[in-house]
Amino acid sequence: MNMQSQVISVQAQVIAIIAEQAVLDVTDVSPAQSLESLGIDSLGLVETIFAIEEAFDISVPFNANEPSKSGFDLTSVASIVAAVEVLITQKAA
Amino acid sequence: MRRVVITGAGTVNALARDVAGTYEAFAEGRCGIAELDIRDKDRLSIKIGGQVRDWDAEALFSRQQITLYDRFTQFTLTAAQQAIAQSGLVFDGDLGDESGVVLGTAAGGVNTWDDSYRAVYAEDKNRVHPFVVPKLMNSAGASHVAMQFGLRGPSFSVSTACASSNHAMGLAFQAIRGGSATVMVTGGSESMLCFGGIKAWEGLRVMSQTACRPFSLNRSGMVQGEGAAIFVFEDYDHAHARGAQILAEVIGFAMTSDASDIVMPSQEGAARAIRLALRDAQVAPDAVGYINAHGTGTAANDKTECAAISEVFGAAAQSVMLSSTKSMHGHLIGGTGAVELLACLMALQQSVIAPTIGYEVADPDCPLDVVPNQAREVPVNVVMSNAFAFGGLNAVLVLRKAA
Repeated sequence: MNMQSQVISVQAQVIAIIAEQAVLDVTDVSPAQSLESLGIDSLGLVETIFAIEEAFDISVPFNANEPSKSGFDLTSVASIVAAVEVLITQKAA
Repeated sequence: MRRVVITGAGTVNALARDVAGTYEAFAEGRCGIAELDIRDKDRLSIKIGGQVRDWDAEALFSRQQITLYDRFTQFTLTAAQQAIAQSGLVFDGDLGDESGVVLGTAAGGVNTWDDSYRAVYAEDKNRVHPFVVPKLMNSAGASHVAMQFGLRGPSFSVSTACASSNHAMGLAFQAIRGGSATVMVTGGSESMLCFGGIKAWEGLRVMSQTACRPFSLNRSGMVQGEGAAIFVFEDYDHAHARGAQILAEVIGFAMTSDASDIVMPSQEGAARAIRLALRDAQVAPDAVGYINAHGTGTAANDKTECAAISEVFGAAAQSVMLSSTKSMHGHLIGGTGAVELLACLMALQQSVIAPTIGYEVADPDCPLDVVPNQAREVPVNVVMSNAFAFGGLNAVLVLRKAA
């Protein structure tokens, strides 16, 4: 698998997970959106992270008490995809 | 003190998924105990139970709800919806603030514990679903009922093993009688029929491999069941003012502790609970027409319970009808008193006494009228429901026919 196809695949998978949590169609989720704007609350966020961990077999550093200090950028769909890619790379290394 | 009446009832159990179906099964003396359909059954030596068959959670709840509702919560909510619908109550405004929920369960989300332990121990998984804790906690059922119906008053769960539901309903009764609530949604739920839940009970060597035969000399032990029954307890004046249908009146409750042994029952502790419940209800033993027995089908319980009833009732013990419906729905542990209260309501509302089925051989140590095998049509005005839990925690309720 080349890098380009993996990037697309991670983004598509993350969007699919987020869309399921938000009860939206994948076409209604764009990289620039925040989870909040998609209607995902704090419980939904924890479930999303769990689903990401299960899908990619990674461990996401996230503490619900201090979401901003987690070292996992949750600003937007795109930032989550980027953070997941980093974790996948770290796991492979 | 305020009077307390029951204005709604709902249930899910091995016999039926509503009150009408459960009454029908009681009247027919139908047995809901059968071969279990659970994962890893081949590694169990106990393979029977009063299981709720073909429970399709996906048809009743959304995916998001199921991630938060253990099976015992699913049973709770289904039964609560029936009970509250029957009561006709809507908990808006002040009524929501004055109403609460108190439910019994011995072990809460056992299936969630079981599945999660299996995932981390047996399947080597390193994480479990984020909602495992809010799903398995004993109070989850009470919280979800409160959330769904807007009950913002006194709300909590009670866990006293096999007496959990009777304690919960007794506390609901006391809360309304004492004036701290106008309506209490109460009862109990249990869902322990999974590999770990049954394995734990196997250890005690009190489980039957064949049938639950309370008061029968050839008894072979208890059989587990699962399900829930939920009731709406309401201040009589409030119910009367709105013209509600009253199913029965709760007139007495007592609880005692044996303070003696963690598994063996005591005649003294049981008798004291029965005596105090009658005193609380201000009725004489000979006024009681029917007793729904704890009647587990173990030698220890059945003999002790009969002796306790004989001690308190004296000559009236010879005429009172006594039955154990555990022979039909199994022992629902923390939910059992709630499902058994349905037999009390049926006796008061329909003058039909549920039988003790599976009764084959008279036991000289249980020389009472245990309504063997066939329901009986007899009008009764006052009934009693016994619960005597492991650890010597006893809770007895007394009900009267709606005036």
